Amino acid sequence: MDLNTFITAKQVNPEIESDTETTLPLDGVTVAIKDNISTAGVRTTCGSAMLSDYVPPYDATVVERLKQAGATIVGKTNMDEFGMGGTTETSAYGPTKNPVDTDHVPGGSSGGSAAAVASGAADVALGSDTGGSVRNPAAFCGVVGIKPTYGLVSRYGLIAYANSLEQIGPIASTVQEAAELLDVISGPDPHDATTRFDNGETSISDINPPDSDSDSDTITSHPATPKTYAAAADEDVSGMTVGVVTDLLDGADDRVVETFRAAIAELESQGIEIVEVSLDSLEHAVQAYYVIAMSEASSNLARFDGVRYGPAGGATENSNETIPNVDANVDDGNWNDSFAAVRDIGFGEEVKRRILLGTYALSAGYHEKYYDKAQDAREWVKQDFETAFEKADVLATPTMPVLPPAIGESLEDPLKLYLMDANTVPVNLANLPAISVPAGEVDGLPVGFQAIGPAFGEEIIIQVAAAVE
Amino acid sequence: MSDSAVDTDEVEHVAELARVDLTEEEINAFTTQFADILAYFDALDEVPAVEHEPELVNVMRRDEVTGSLDQSEALQNAPETEDGQFKGPRVS
Repeated sequence: MDLNTFITAKQVNPEIESDTETTLPLDGVTVAIKDNISTAGVRTTCGSAMLSDYVPPYDATVVERLKQAGATIVGKTNMDEFGMGGTTETSAYGPTKNPVDTDHVPGGSSGGSAAAVASGAADVALGSDTGGSVRNPAAFCGVVGIKPTYGLVSRYGLIAYANSLEQIGPIASTVQEAAELLDVISGPDPHDATTRFDNGETSISDINPPDSDSDSDTITSHPATPKTYAAAADEDVSGMTVGVVTDLLDGADDRVVETFRAAIAELESQGIEIVEVSLDSLEHAVQAYYVIAMSEASSNLARFDGVRYGPAGGATENSNETIPNVDANVDDGNWNDSFAAVRDIGFGEEVKRRILLGTYALSAGYHEKYYDKAQDAREWVKQDFETAFEKADVLATPTMPVLPPAIGESLEDPLKLYLMDANTVPVNLANLPAISVPAGEVDGLPVGFQAIGPAFGEEIIIQVAAAVE
Repeated sequence: MSDSAVDTDEVEHVAELARVDLTEEEINAFTTQFADILAYFDALDEVPAVEHEPELVNVMRRDEVTGSLDQSEALQNAPETEDGQFKGPRVS
């Protein structure tokens, strides 16, 4: 059955291959890439009609790293348009079906990537996570997904939706394989100034600018440099403390909570101490997340004007032939009308909704009310997590508060869809790492267990996830 | 109720600011949805002012000349080009 996993199925072979002396880390491994990650010479659409013909002239840093690690790319996966959605139904290329139960959505926005792994179309995959877009589809498709700490993985070549929130992350069938892929993609990148150029343990204000005398070795210093994430999957978890975030159980489906509790009991039986934590700020996390993400989106997506890429925007005299309903004054030379017409046909409904709401939240008179308060809430969430990590090594929640919706079920009410992100967005607001690992099934539908760690605590969440597995 | 009640004029105004044409149908749907969504966002009023000093510092790199995309690569996705440049709509 066609799950509509790929927007573009095209094989790209590794740049180098293993020989008798060295075995590359991803030798013989097939990787599916979310279609908002740039691949040189391979169409990259972001799930949007706006970029239906866009062919990047360069590779994203993570793609370059995959090719150097011996991986074979098998295609570009379906996604919610520009990452805006949690079901892969806002794609201009049609919805992807959940391989576990094809009547249901695979989650999103990296739904194609999770479906590719769950169906066996690829060994592993890359997604991007702005508010849960790796963890959500991993949970709904019954696979593993990691959202790395902000700054661990380069975003160079990731087509931006909300830069301050997003990270590229691995999706795989097992914790071990996801960790191996994280080992390959993490590290500093001169092309992305938000990747860390220190070990991540010192406060950023202690970092001195590179000294012109010493041959700067800051480039090799990065939280991932001395670590092997894959090794963490084998480590003993006994003696560790896991904090259950009680605030995020209240609104969740009872069957999801029951499955989550069973996983917690299993951890307890392995010698982990379980405590309960409560974070008051979480009540405002979804509001803060959407205000910030939409605001950043309204700015990032301003670049799609039909001049540098996208559908022709009235550059020619006969623009009326290519764009329906173009206002007559396009030919009178009104740039704004021309851009607005291109953006009308290029963007889908959810993208328009978010651009407009973001524009509204940043506009004069509303900036303080929405955007500034959202930044306060973001800081509050960060501080709440810091306090919680004084009581526990790792925090745990169900990844998604609900089971995968049926296809078509959730598109009617956008607000209801936003509330589905309650357990995943706090992690992005606080720039923390988190992993989703399968915890079991309810009525044949997968439930994900989310482990959240302190900044650059990828190893410890991988340890806990391996213990749940 | 929200003190930021939205009407169709406001949606049209924001759409103009954002440079997105909307159909009559979209304007009506968005007006209803935005009222719900903004009413939900209004709960941010309850967030206390939070002290925070952004952990920001200038990170310097050496000023070295490196390669970049050449002109033809930069132009390859443009729907219209002329004399090695992007071509935009006419300005009267």
